[in-house]
Amino acid sequence: MNKQLPQEYYELLEEIQAVDFVLVELNLYLDTHPDDYDAIEQFNTFTKKSKELKVVYEKKYGPLMNFGRSYSNYPWDWKEAPWPWQV
Amino acid sequence: MFTQFKYWEPYISPFDPCPPMRIKSYSTPPQLYIPFQPKGLPQFKPMEALYRGTLWPALFSPYPDPKKRGDQDE
Amino acid sequence: MWYYEKKLQYPVRVSQCNPMLAKFLIEQYGGADGELAAALRYLNQRYTIPDKVAGLLNDIGTEEFAHLEMIATMVYKLTKDATPEQMKEAGLGAHYADHDKALFFHNAAGAPFTATYFQAKGDPIADIYEDIAAEEKARATYQWLINMSDDPDINDGLKFLREREVVHSMRFREAAEILKEERDKKTYY
Repeated sequence: MNKQLPQEYYELLEEIQAVDFVLVELNLYLDTHPDDYDAIEQFNTFTKKSKELKVVYEKKYGPLMNFGRSYSNYPWDWKEAPWPWQV
Repeated sequence: MFTQFKYWEPYISPFDPCPPMRIKSYSTPPQLYIPFQPKGLPQFKPMEALYRGTLWPALFSPYPDPKKRGDQDE
Repeated sequence: MWYYEKKLQYPVRVSQCNPMLAKFLIEQYGGADGELAAALRYLNQRYTIPDKVAGLLNDIGTEEFAHLEMIATMVYKLTKDATPEQMKEAGLGAHYADHDKALFFHNAAGAPFTATYFQAKGDPIADIYEDIAAEEKARATYQWLINMSDDPDINDGLKFLREREVVHSMRFREAAEILKEERDKKTYY
């Protein structure tokens, strides 16, 4: 079965990748700048944004994480293609 | 302020077999010049940050050399 | 404990069908200055590095696995539809004979991955300076790969990965400063 993903899948994914990238950058920065209050505030704001975007994504396209970090649909869709290197 | 690329001219021998590269360059990216990132540096917007590979313009290192000169390598 | 998120850190695209690039990209998959060496180096050092910088080693080590996945994606996309003929023409005949299109941890010259590519001396200064050097070596390797590739999409990905090495180097240099800091006076933040 050849599943095709719509344009909006790629757009939503890109938005999530952008927000999560900011989070990675801030996380590394905070590892060496633990007292930067503003950066922590920004980190938490972006964390909230990331979670919100992922609720939308997971409702449409299934779980992003395994081992109970995301909910599952029926039937079990964690194992479904496409995997990130195929997208 | 610092420059992101440095240039040098290696010795060219009259016995060199191949056409010489007169100017060689190497990258000198921001981490060489910033001992500790200061707080509050300006940031890219998230989408641009993703495509640049960093949240902060001050840490951005262009490659290849935007000022590529003449017969320079890379 | 590790969890996996089912998305790439960065949208990897490959616009040209050129399996020859895969032969060189594999250097950052199984090579001495590649992403696997980096991930294992930092994640292994983090057990014994002073607590105040262990978080950084943990997090950069984890990010390197995300980069490993990006390189794997590039190689996968470049080779998954290649015929055995194309694999041979691309210089990947020896790889194909052993692995078909499966990826494997060897460098561009075919040398297998080895733990000798990295160290953990147990001395925090030696370990952190090894990490800074590793990031500079990885940055340089991405430069040579970018030089050889004229696929604009692959180059976007490689430039992202090169910039990540710049930022990681920055963080490890900060970690060195943190390790050097005298107890009574805080020189930085």
